[in-house]
Amino acid sequence: MSIFLGHHSRIIVQGMTGSEGRKHTQRMIMAGSRVVGGVTPGKGGESVRFEENPVPVFDSVADAREATGANVSVIFVPARFAKAAALEAVAAEIELVVCITEGIPVDDTAEFFTMTKGTATRLIGPNCPGLISPGKSNAGIIPANIAGPGRIGLVSKSGTLTYQMMYELRDIGFSTAVGIGGDPIVGTTHIDCLEAFQDDPETDAIVIIGEIGGDAEERAADYIRDHVTKPVVGYVAGFTAPEGRTMGHAGAIVSGSSGTALAKKRALEAVGVHMGRTPSEAASLMRDVMSGLRV
Amino acid sequence: MDLFEYQARDLFEAHGVPVLRGEIATTPDEAAAAAEHLGGGVVVVKAQVKTGGRGKAGGVKLARGVDETRERASEILGMDIKGHTVHTVMIAEGADIAEEYYFSLLLDRANRSYLAMCSKEGGMDIEQLAVERPDALARVEVSPLVGIDDAKAGEILEAAGFGVRDGVMIAPVLKKLWDVYQEEDATLVEVNPLVKTGSGKIIALDGKITLDANADFRHPDRASLVDEASSDPLELRAKERDLNYVKLDGTVGVIGNGAGLVMSTLDVVAKAGEDLPGRPHPANFLDIGGGASAQVMADGLEIILSDPQVRSVFVNVFGGITACNEVANGIVQALTMLGGRATKPLVVRLDGNAVEIGRYILREFDHPLVTVVDTMDEAARIAAELAQEA
Repeated sequence: MSIFLGHHSRIIVQGMTGSEGRKHTQRMIMAGSRVVGGVTPGKGGESVRFEENPVPVFDSVADAREATGANVSVIFVPARFAKAAALEAVAAEIELVVCITEGIPVDDTAEFFTMTKGTATRLIGPNCPGLISPGKSNAGIIPANIAGPGRIGLVSKSGTLTYQMMYELRDIGFSTAVGIGGDPIVGTTHIDCLEAFQDDPETDAIVIIGEIGGDAEERAADYIRDHVTKPVVGYVAGFTAPEGRTMGHAGAIVSGSSGTALAKKRALEAVGVHMGRTPSEAASLMRDVMSGLRV
Repeated sequence: MDLFEYQARDLFEAHGVPVLRGEIATTPDEAAAAAEHLGGGVVVVKAQVKTGGRGKAGGVKLARGVDETRERASEILGMDIKGHTVHTVMIAEGADIAEEYYFSLLLDRANRSYLAMCSKEGGMDIEQLAVERPDALARVEVSPLVGIDDAKAGEILEAAGFGVRDGVMIAPVLKKLWDVYQEEDATLVEVNPLVKTGSGKIIALDGKITLDANADFRHPDRASLVDEASSDPLELRAKERDLNYVKLDGTVGVIGNGAGLVMSTLDVVAKAGEDLPGRPHPANFLDIGGGASAQVMADGLEIILSDPQVRSVFVNVFGGITACNEVANGIVQALTMLGGRATKPLVVRLDGNAVEIGRYILREFDHPLVTVVDTMDEAARIAAELAQEA
């Protein structure tokens, strides 16, 4: 198995005819993802060729779903159109909606996230690299050639730290790596991923990567204490970030005394998470954990 | 982006939230003129700084008449309040305050929703109130889909312990404050205090607004709200070039791709510098983003190299989408353009997408200032050492 994404995933790409959408659709297909269609309003009936294979374009998510049986949508549309795109995917009851787009107003995200509540739709992102279950499927922009399949689960707010960690542990490999995104509101949290990894028989250990802002890591620590029995290795970025400044990600901000890296590290440490002081150190802790499990 | 009080006041007024008349001044004479416009009676001279506690610091003073306003303004202008220099004061009408309340509307990250907070005990520091008397501070979830309608306003006011008579007066103000939050794309709207006057009117006496920068495209008029006087000149230059840059106070320039990796790089550099003389630490945060071109890399490097505080630079890139050859070409481009003006050593760590070509380009370039290092931890150590030796 793997979490959220696997052999069963039939992917459509909203914004496939744009330059980013096209480039990353190509990469997803190369990584073995089943991309069954694209959605661009006004371009229904056209198709886009990837290698020799045409992928049909539909006017709406509903049309695409009906014609292809898609259960995953990856959104690449520009920020100002992202809300409409996401609402369309939710209305079409797509099971997994992965919003890559960066720079979406938080009020828009609040709205389309709220619309997923009480439905079967899981939203990942926005402002995220997506997720990959190596060897099975790739929904988003995580490069598929960094690491292959294995038994580590990874959840991270940051894209590049996801890549860095996958690279460091490429010889061990991953069940699924999820980039949940760096915005103040994201559809899937660390806790959602921890829960899924805990239940996934193909995941033996979990890496959790956090960063300054909010209290998602602290709440993840509470969850780990009460529900996670698999070993967890952690890393948190942003110890040197000044108060009140946004560090690249819209959600990465220390407000007064809340949201600091130190508080997050301590909370995770207190529940037995093995915390690395650098990404490499965290990777080496995971290496120890995995070799301990093999004995 | 946090707004000044007077900017918040203007947005309140534009959305029909009752406020007092007020004018801004940057000189004592302008302040005196403002007092005259307001009728020459009692006014309040208020320092405009983006930090709390200005009252305690002496940044808010009562003045009777034009001459006294000029004097108070000359005392407050130029004052330093928690590291913020006062460039502007607001001259506001005096108010006949009977009661002081608190209201705020904010993004609730934990619940991924909005939250209204309201109290009958306004005027004081709200964080203190939340700790000392949590029962006095009502917290009510506000749905992003519905906002504050009559029912929600009633729920908030009842939770805060207001009676029906006050509630009827305050509810319309809360609805208008929701309009401010929603229509201006705010992530925080705070009124402290929200006052009831002797004649029973409800007025937003002091306000704080934080705007969501991601929504700038919906608000083309926002550029005028940027406080250039207090902004770092390097940050303004970086912004012009669409670079994600934050000035810090150290000597190791840092440039990388992805917010998380760059934050992590700052930490690793600070740690490497801990035991060195002078404790070299990061001079800035600079994220060139995903898929950056050579030009973006060169622009970023040029900004960092023009920072007089920088003694060494650490370029840390893990190519996911970003190609390492683009990064290497950007380094070549910037150093070629700067020629003899480039004097600071660069430590470069490249990994991931197109790393072999990237390293090859730098090897061929063979610049005396450039050192290519294999790992992030080792590169950070070298960059920190170069910053202390220089």
